[in-house]
Amino acid sequence: MSGRFAPGTFAPAPGAGRPVRMLLAHARTEASLTLRNGEQVLLTLLIPLALLFGLTLVHVIELPEPRVAAAAPRVFALAVMSTAFTGQAIALGFDRRYGVLKRLAATALPRWLLVAGRVLGCLAVVALQLVVLAAAAALLGWSPSAAGLLWTVVLVVLGTLTFGALGVLLGGALKAEVVLALANVVWLVLLFAGGIVLTTDALPAGMAEVVRLLPSAALTEGLTAVLADGTAPPASTVVTLLVWGAGAGLLATRTTKLV
Amino acid sequence: MSTPAVEVSDLVKSYGPTTAVAGVGFRLDRGAVLALLGPNGAGKTTTVEVCEGFRRPDSGRVQVLGLDPVTEGAALRPRIGVMPQGGGAYPGVRAAEMLRLVAACAANPLDPAWLIDVLGLAGCARTPYKRLSGGQQQRLSLACALIGRPELVFLDEPTAGMDPQARRLVWELVGALRADGVAVLLTTHLMEEAEALADHVVIVDGGRVVAEGTPAELTAEGPDEQRLRFRAKSGLDTALLVAALPEGCRVTEPTAGEYLVTGVVDPQVVSTVTAWCAQQGVLAEELRVGRRSLEDVFLELTGRELRS
Repeated sequence: MSGRFAPGTFAPAPGAGRPVRMLLAHARTEASLTLRNGEQVLLTLLIPLALLFGLTLVHVIELPEPRVAAAAPRVFALAVMSTAFTGQAIALGFDRRYGVLKRLAATALPRWLLVAGRVLGCLAVVALQLVVLAAAAALLGWSPSAAGLLWTVVLVVLGTLTFGALGVLLGGALKAEVVLALANVVWLVLLFAGGIVLTTDALPAGMAEVVRLLPSAALTEGLTAVLADGTAPPASTVVTLLVWGAGAGLLATRTTKLV
Repeated sequence: MSTPAVEVSDLVKSYGPTTAVAGVGFRLDRGAVLALLGPNGAGKTTTVEVCEGFRRPDSGRVQVLGLDPVTEGAALRPRIGVMPQGGGAYPGVRAAEMLRLVAACAANPLDPAWLIDVLGLAGCARTPYKRLSGGQQQRLSLACALIGRPELVFLDEPTAGMDPQARRLVWELVGALRADGVAVLLTTHLMEEAEALADHVVIVDGGRVVAEGTPAELTAEGPDEQRLRFRAKSGLDTALLVAALPEGCRVTEPTAGEYLVTGVVDPQVVSTVTAWCAQQGVLAEELRVGRRSLEDVFLELTGRELRS
């Protein structure tokens, strides 16, 4: 019996890992899984890139000149929504199906780290996306106002958290296939009717008032103010994102299931 | 080390109108192996998941390493290893990558590369989880349960879906864990597994404990009672055989073509049975004498008919 295992091999030496190490290991796994997944890359990188080139070079939608300056904030907002909402919802739906939440919940990983690791992984992917998209925009002649950079970071983090909370709300409660369908439909609707491709000032008055209350419109409007106009974001955009994020986050703590 | 590894009493857990566990109780000592044995739907997994802190009991007392798994889960989890039923990993994660992640959560983990190798997963260490076979997924899940050098391990149907070689390996691992002082609570519906591994077997059925003890205690009968069993064509007249045997022997045909002689089975009884078979012109196949098996006990307690 004893051949393979020397006595003492499994002598108990339990204990939790260091929180920083756990957080980084979890976040790195989350981020690399996203970047390795072909559909996720299509959603988070290729479609925003295509849209950036399309909006800039093809004169279908009326945009102020230089077109790339108007297109870039919209594409950034889309990239944040794709990763934090659609990507996160679908990943969570299938992770639950495969029992990974239960698996991780059974380790020494504290509950807050279980969430923090996903958030940090998501932020890392968003940062990478924006670097690639900003480089592509620069190639198209984009020169953003440097004054808006700090505000951009604030809005991107806030937007990631808000859309992430919405993604967890969706992906944590429903069956994986339902999550997949809904997350894609919501993404498409918000892209075209949620104030991203067509910003609210291009919409009819009645519709614009409603769309302005959506997180997609708020993030696009905020990023446009910061990057194209070089001003602080309107307070209404920050408040809208905060309300959506807090509401979804609170609701998600009640509805999210491990399996 | 005086507190038991697991102590459960009067555990009740219902899901809506269905009562999954209706008053289960048992005790697992440090460094011992306890098998929860029962048919599907007996309440084994629910019981284990309550001990792991995944489910809140409706009533009853559950102490794991002296802690309440629900309210003191954060202190408990670093000390236990869990192998949930049906594995658990990201669909796209590579086997070694998953194990390294779980290892990062522990203070003094085993070497993931070594464990991957020992469990025969070296050939698929870079394969995404969803493309692993069922047995490979099970072995990865077992590795995740052991990597943190826990004091207590929960293994929910650890050998389900494994080939015989992998099953032997798991048995050997459980033996090594026990030798190193790790307590193991495992569930199984394989008698052979419970008999081979467990110091203490708790047979559950319909959410209740129907028997418990060491395998030897459970299979013991009267001091001299033994069993002789053989296979032959079905429908032999057992009354005739009883008449030929010494006083006190009983003969039954529990399933068609399988005969069981119970009583004081001495060489004379064996000879009488074979002679009687010869008289009937039938060949007694697979004739053997022994104590009753855990399977006999299990089937006597839980019934022979197939459950839905």
